[in-house]
Amino acid sequence: MTVSVAPIAGAVNPKPRASLRARFQDGLPKLVLAPSFAIILVFVYGFILWTFFLSFTNSKAFANFNLVGLANYQKLWTWTFESDPPSSWYTALVNMGLFGGLYISLCLVLGLTLAILLDQKIRGEGVLRPIYLYPLALSFIVTGTAWKLFLDPGIGLEKAVHDWGWTSFKFDWVVNPRMMIYCVAIAGIWASSGFVMALFLAGLRGIDGEILKAAQIDGASGFAMYRRIIIPIMRPVFLSALIILTHLAIKSYDLVLSVTGKNPGGAAELPSTFMYSYTFTRNQMAVGSTSAIIMLMTIAAIMVPYLYSELREKQR
Amino acid sequence: MKLRTMLLASAMAASAAGFAASVHAADIKEVQMLHWWTSGGEAAALNVLKQDLAKEGYTWKDVPVAGGGGEGAMTALKAMVAAGNPPTASQILGYYAVDYAEAGKLGDITELAKKEGWDKVVPTALQKFTTTNGKWDAVPVNIHSVNWVWINKAVMDKIGGTEPKNFDDFVALLDKAKAAGVIPLALGGQPWQEATMFDSVVMSTGGSDFYKKAFVDLDESALKSDTMKKAFDNLAKLRAYTDPNYAGRDWNLATAMVIKGDALVQVMGDWAKGEFKAANKEAGKDFVCYRFPGTDGSVIYNTDMFAMFKVPADRQAAQLALADATMSISFQSAFNVVKGSVPARMDVPDTAFDMCGKKGIADVKAANASGKFVGSMAQNYAQPPAIAGAYHDVVTKFFHGEIKTSDSAVTELIKAINAAK
Repeated sequence: MTVSVAPIAGAVNPKPRASLRARFQDGLPKLVLAPSFAIILVFVYGFILWTFFLSFTNSKAFANFNLVGLANYQKLWTWTFESDPPSSWYTALVNMGLFGGLYISLCLVLGLTLAILLDQKIRGEGVLRPIYLYPLALSFIVTGTAWKLFLDPGIGLEKAVHDWGWTSFKFDWVVNPRMMIYCVAIAGIWASSGFVMALFLAGLRGIDGEILKAAQIDGASGFAMYRRIIIPIMRPVFLSALIILTHLAIKSYDLVLSVTGKNPGGAAELPSTFMYSYTFTRNQMAVGSTSAIIMLMTIAAIMVPYLYSELREKQR
Repeated sequence: MKLRTMLLASAMAASAAGFAASVHAADIKEVQMLHWWTSGGEAAALNVLKQDLAKEGYTWKDVPVAGGGGEGAMTALKAMVAAGNPPTASQILGYYAVDYAEAGKLGDITELAKKEGWDKVVPTALQKFTTTNGKWDAVPVNIHSVNWVWINKAVMDKIGGTEPKNFDDFVALLDKAKAAGVIPLALGGQPWQEATMFDSVVMSTGGSDFYKKAFVDLDESALKSDTMKKAFDNLAKLRAYTDPNYAGRDWNLATAMVIKGDALVQVMGDWAKGEFKAANKEAGKDFVCYRFPGTDGSVIYNTDMFAMFKVPADRQAAQLALADATMSISFQSAFNVVKGSVPARMDVPDTAFDMCGKKGIADVKAANASGKFVGSMAQNYAQPPAIAGAYHDVVTKFFHGEIKTSDSAVTELIKAINAAK
């Protein structure tokens, strides 16, 4: 808003302010960005450092400054390998792998497929597109609750199918602690694949038609055209989709709690729920901070090389 | 021009905000209260307190908390206290009160407590949470107890059941219900609900001395004793009487199963009575309440308290008024009739209460006298949250079969408790 105001103010009396105006226009972007930069510096990076510090203390309900070295990391390290009976941290990591892997890969596959199908110049695209996109408008907690009710064997899908006459049908994943995490993935994929579709659709619309015509003249089949030309061109879209999906998967918290109903059997733990419960309800802030730092490091270990390779290629 | 106007406007807005803050600080006739009693009967019950305070000229200001349950409120409270801007008082549970007291965040209302003689009317074991080194810093609003079973009377009559007196009776009763085609046990398969039920099972299996030794003293020999193993085995027996879809169910949905007659019994704290009340069911006629079989005479309690925070001198008068009004006999009676719990003072007449409330009041008095008034492990009244959380983990993993035998359950319990210490 401020940006659009400035030229008008300059236009009123252009002569004496000319140099001032130039300087102002020069400095304005920095001025506008400065507050958000400062805020991000403090509230994102500052608090990352603070969390990092807390992970070396024995903070309980409140932060304290008693350093205990790597004790918290040692604790989580031993928990990482406790699989029988599974420790909460072990379950959290396994679930993260299952949920994150399924959620990201299936969202990408479904999103791309839907986008390609919608891009076939079909009739009614204007109606279909918002329908696919709509789930994103719901908060995850609503999505999760709706799916929990829908999948509940006593009142949802299983009961409906039984009522239609197929009485041997069984789908009780949502009340089976071992299968619950897949229900969370189903709900998550339902919510996000439409959004990924919109990203890919925008990418598809941005492709230069000349290239495709040239390929057609060279006799490329439809499949080859997608595999060799269109999908490689959309690489930047994959990058943005992947970044968005990865952070949604890692920070998903409300979805898992609402689908599973507060972690029965300790089987629906995710690193995010682990971190929250240790920090805020179990008053073991140091352990919670440690898990947060490990989460951050893990994400960084995956994302930094990927970003680096993608961005370097662009520069070349 | 426009830019200048905007700057001016934002400067004015900033100073207005500052002005509002300073006005706020000068306002002493106001009670700022953080709580999560926002729905139905609880809100109505709290309204009594608001009116009592209004009569004395104090206004009531709810501190808004996003999200329903106590967890969100505890997080909000932590943020407020960390920012140096605590509310006058906050609803608080168990060891969270002790944490704030030990961190030096709570005020001191000992003078009022002495004058009113609260130490004589509040059960002794409960004063552990309302006092720190002999100083009163919180007031109890109610006493809940978790060792109750709630039974649908019509179903009970249909299957010809009688009050079970011990655990084996209870299993026999559940068998009867199963044979009659009713879901015997309505359970919500969430860690806290399973752990809450296990509190009662341990009390029933080992008695109150064993319970105290294991959960209050964390005596390792008691924790790994055969009695504890037997308690886990008894818990495993109950698993056979739930319906297959119990995992993740909310407690009030389980209560609804009993209310509707789909299920015979729920093991739950006395807040379940509120659900019966809301469905217009009458104690003794539509439903009956017994102590968990084998725990009659003992009370496994939890309590809601108002923690009194350390506030500036100009807000202390309001704080004392709140504490006094909360501890008044009339409020304790009116509130707890609605809430389903029993008064936190033992000198409140039981005339307004239903039969479950009357039994609850008598039980608290008797249990306090005989030393069988103990804190609930599952609800954070026997041990701090870290250990209670470890307990939840082990109980729920055992109940859902991740921990396979009672032998490994006790080993895991000791390991988890030691890791949380």
